[in-house]
Amino acid sequence: MLARLSAGESQSIARLTAGSRLSRQAMTKHLGVLMRAGIVRNMRVGRENLFRLEPRAIIDAKSYLEQVSSQWDDALTRLKLYVESQ
Amino acid sequence: MSDRIEKTIEINAPVSRVWRALTDYREFGSWFRVRLEGPFIVGEVARGHITYPGYEHLRMEAVVQKIEPMRHFSFTWHPYAIDPAVDYSGEPSTLVTFTLEEIAAGTRLRVVESGFDKIPAHRRDEAFRMNEGGWEHQMQNIARHVDSAA
Repeated sequence: MLARLSAGESQSIARLTAGSRLSRQAMTKHLGVLMRAGIVRNMRVGRENLFRLEPRAIIDAKSYLEQVSSQWDDALTRLKLYVESQ
Repeated sequence: MSDRIEKTIEINAPVSRVWRALTDYREFGSWFRVRLEGPFIVGEVARGHITYPGYEHLRMEAVVQKIEPMRHFSFTWHPYAIDPAVDYSGEPSTLVTFTLEEIAAGTRLRVVESGFDKIPAHRRDEAFRMNEGGWEHQMQNIARHVDSAA
């Protein structure tokens, strides 16, 4: 869903749900969490409710150090899988 | 900004096996996803190309600091994307230390990366811009975060 929104276009719930494994209800819940976190914004266009990504929020929310930190999490998980699978 | 990152992971394998995965340059390369040119030698630079999908344009360069068999392995590096055209040797680096401890289940591995307070802000910004895969990575992090919170 975030990948779709990251293309920059505003999207309706119907379009976001199409091709996703999430139900419309789960998608609504997801969007609600992202909106409260300031990551996604919504706007009404006629009868449609459109959602778009707030890219700045993502960079602010995840600092450089957090990025490095999650890279270590990933690397250590790969190390564990590598060693334990042999 | 905090100066360090600390991580601990328990691995169901003997210390000797984890030690080899950490310090044999080919084994290190296979899980870290870097093709290193040669073995880790104290005081020398270990160089290689990142093989992680989306990051193949980046290089890794690390100066090996300590190798204490079965216990301690450390190196310094520049914790931001390495542009092959730029000489970073005069710039501050961070210290990465791996410490191994034997536990009932196998091995407890601790990783500490320290020295982030010395890294200039413009390098941090650059790391964001240069990491083409960084954006996607962020997306996945947030998706994961949201999934676990929902």
